Amino acid sequence: MTTATAIPAGTYTTDGVHSSAGFAVKHMLSTFRGSFGTVNAQVIVEEDGRARLEGTVPVSSVIVKDENLQAHLQSPEFFDGEQYPEIRFHGLDLTVDGPTATLTGDLTIKGHTERVTAEGTVAGPVEDPFGNTKLGLQFETVVDRTKFGLNWNAPLPKGGFMLANDVTISVDLELAQA
Amino acid sequence: MRVLGISGSLRRDSYNSGLLRAAAELLPSGVELEVFDGLKAIPPYDADDDVDVAPAPVRELREAIADADAVLIATPEYNASVPGVLKNALDWASRPHATNPLRGKPAAVVGTSTGMFGAVWAQADARKVLSTIGARVVDRELPVPEAAERFDADGTLRDPEVEAQLSELLVELADAVEAREAALARAAA
Repeated sequence: MTTATAIPAGTYTTDGVHSSAGFAVKHMLSTFRGSFGTVNAQVIVEEDGRARLEGTVPVSSVIVKDENLQAHLQSPEFFDGEQYPEIRFHGLDLTVDGPTATLTGDLTIKGHTERVTAEGTVAGPVEDPFGNTKLGLQFETVVDRTKFGLNWNAPLPKGGFMLANDVTISVDLELAQA
Repeated sequence: MRVLGISGSLRRDSYNSGLLRAAAELLPSGVELEVFDGLKAIPPYDADDDVDVAPAPVRELREAIADADAVLIATPEYNASVPGVLKNALDWASRPHATNPLRGKPAAVVGTSTGMFGAVWAQADARKVLSTIGARVVDRELPVPEAAERFDADGTLRDPEVEAQLSELLVELADAVEAREAALARAAA
């Protein structure tokens, strides 16, 4: 990896309250958005500057505006939370270049693993009022949900389908150095 | 392991009820099948009646599903889909949607008809409905056509090929129950 602006070596762990993960997908004419209430991530920066991000998100923490849809998303038709309770990201590389960051790793959803690359930004590290060293990271990427076995759809009466396959995943993380 | 059988036909000499009796004879070891016989008593779904204390026949259905590890539906085909009584029962069972007793429950669908297609479209519709309700639906069909040729005068299935297919489907259903129990145990650990 390259680090034009290096993150100091160490392990950084998410502050759950100030971190979030969301998804957005075209639903007929609009963009449907949902989120996950719990995001666990660690950024590990080695002494030689190599960095990676590891993360998990419990499927049970999905949040949408309707409780019935929320339950439907847990069912075998969607995330199948019973069999696959976690979404996992195994990081291979985190490259920082000034304020921009590029993340590469293996994303596992519903037992399917795909290599993904996400572009984003990095902020900090800065000291918070309590003496903690904080780091901010923001990433966004687009994945094809059908590659992860998320195949649900419904045909529209006059052709086409209700739900798009491309899903935008966005992650905002505030991390504290351990 | 307990499987709840539901026949979508109310007819006394129903071939689909016969298919469930055949399934009861072909279960993997350690599995028992109980047939739900209260379908006719379930009232038409009315949201005004879908209150905290549901009508007694509905409570019996919901409790029977909740007590079972899996559900096996045998459906005839009426006008290219499932009979109204079966759909009505599933609609009641699906409420409230977020916590209904079919959620996550392994379920399989079989069906027989006197025609050439063995209720194949009704089975597809039943699988779709069960998936929407949140069940873990075995992705397999068992269309048994020309029922009058395959069941004897006592309503007993007499077709080794169908029996073999039914056995395989029941193993798949039992496997789904075991996979679910393992997942729930992992989550609880």
